[in-house]
Amino acid sequence: MALATQRADDLERKLQKRLVKHPGELVIFAFLTICASITLLTTAVIGLTLIVEAEPFFEHVSLREFLFTTNWQALQAPEAFGIWELVAGTGNVVLWSMVFALPVGLMAAIYLSEYARPRARRILKPLLEVLAGVPTVVYAFFALTFITQDVLRPLLGADNVSFQNSLGASIVMAVMIIPTIASVSEDAMSNVPRELREGAYGLGSTRLEVAFRVVFPAALPGIIASVILAISRVIGETMIVAVAAGSTPNLTLFPLESIQTMTGFMLQVATGDVARGTTQYESLFAVGLSLFVLTFILNFVAQLIVQKYTEKYD
Amino acid sequence: MTSLQTSAEKPISLKAEGGVARRQAFSRMSTYILAAATMLGLLVLAFLAYDIIKLGGGRLSLDFLTSYLQRRADDSGIRAPLLGTIWIVGFVVVMSVPVGVATAIWMEEFAPKNRLLWLVRVNIGNLAGVPGIVYGILGLAIFVRGPFGFGQTIIAASLTLSLMILPMIVIASSEALRQVPPSIRDGSLALGATRWQTVWNHTLPGAIPGIMTGTILAVSRAAGEAAVLILVGAAGIILRDPSGINDRFTILPVQIYSWTVRPGDQFKPEAAAAIIVLMVIVLTLNAIAIVIRNKFRRD
Repeated sequence: MALATQRADDLERKLQKRLVKHPGELVIFAFLTICASITLLTTAVIGLTLIVEAEPFFEHVSLREFLFTTNWQALQAPEAFGIWELVAGTGNVVLWSMVFALPVGLMAAIYLSEYARPRARRILKPLLEVLAGVPTVVYAFFALTFITQDVLRPLLGADNVSFQNSLGASIVMAVMIIPTIASVSEDAMSNVPRELREGAYGLGSTRLEVAFRVVFPAALPGIIASVILAISRVIGETMIVAVAAGSTPNLTLFPLESIQTMTGFMLQVATGDVARGTTQYESLFAVGLSLFVLTFILNFVAQLIVQKYTEKYD
Repeated sequence: MTSLQTSAEKPISLKAEGGVARRQAFSRMSTYILAAATMLGLLVLAFLAYDIIKLGGGRLSLDFLTSYLQRRADDSGIRAPLLGTIWIVGFVVVMSVPVGVATAIWMEEFAPKNRLLWLVRVNIGNLAGVPGIVYGILGLAIFVRGPFGFGQTIIAASLTLSLMILPMIVIASSEALRQVPPSIRDGSLALGATRWQTVWNHTLPGAIPGIMTGTILAVSRAAGEAAVLILVGAAGIILRDPSGINDRFTILPVQIYSWTVRPGDQFKPEAAAAIIVLMVIVLTLNAIAIVIRNKFRRD
């Protein structure tokens, strides 16, 4: 083992020498490095921009009011900037979209990984992925004009369902993230070694039992990661909630009322005629910063889970 | 004892009984339930397509594609947003693909395996999860105002969208590069080729299908993006063709949005018709990506 590592190091050094001998090679290496650093730069600039632009907001509004009060009324007097109503709006949509997407997505993943023939999987998986590729403004239109108008209102009574509501948005959002959950979970399940399955079959388990009691638990880290990724997509999605869920900050998890999410508020500020330099305009960046921090943490956790557990069976 | 006697009297059968039979029945039933769950999403997609075609199909015509926005819904068209989409997507491809592929090559073929590489990799994973609207804020602060100060122009929009899809292109490209067998690389290096010669002549050609698939999917994401471009300042009404990168812009998804949120139902068929055009563009891109992936799949 030590010898192999030393050999690899030797080879590496020889290749470096080859690099130095060809000046063109160095130029290319420099160019590639610059390109790679653009991604690091992007993250830094995003963080910096949000902090610098949100800073004036926190000169007018105390961090205490922002984080520890619950009333958000940014665009009309009397102004109030307690972010929790927007966070609740986002949480509302996350909750209800997960109620639909989680069972359906996981069942689809199990079907594709454990039941479907290879040929069926080759056709179904890309078809399912088309759902994730539909532009979100199309989903927004669909939620507003069809799901709410033609499905929810006749079904639940027009008086009970507001024109814009979180349920309509959540249902189409669920459709949008089903492929994320199904596809990533399916990958995790396919990576479960065959021996585990065959052992269970050998002991007399049925296909259903193998899928739920052996493969599912073994693939759980990957499945959790897929769910976190899906949640972070829901949190960041803008058009669907802005069009279909409403623009009324509302501290509720009830699905039939008009609500407003963090992203929905940001779009409202961007489309409205809010003057630059006002607290309202600056609140755009404060909410953006909160959103960025929230999704960054979620993605980071998802990546850590995947990195920690993927090579367990190798 | 009794059970032994009864089983001796009956003809021998492999059919399960009792608890086992029940478990097998559950298992058989689960096939249909799980298959139904898989189809559910596709069913919604079919329903969406049907409704939108029913509402907007009648409005589709050559005039709809080639005329500007009008006050009357029936005369309105999508010329400006369609041209805007073509311009912006074109610039996004030109800017994001070379940088994205170069980053992937650096990560997979050139970078020393140290903490920096780890940082770049994790960072790209995180960037891929950053919400589009945050890129919109970045574009607003950096490209529209701030250091670059391009204003609400095609170039500012293209740069912002390029940054947004860059992580997707990098991830797809580096996966494609990783799929190329190491033996090809080693063979080339053993014969005295430099790293770049190896990449350019051997690794990259093998990875092109994967790179193209990922890139096309990323570009189709850019073509359907609305929120980012609203933040960067897509114009509501544009009545002339774009003539340069410093022109103002509007694009299809933003036009669909503004028709959708208009009070009343007067412009809903326009929105639906524009959705059909957008979906044709996006689904064509998706189909091309799938065909490339299936054609070059290594089993």
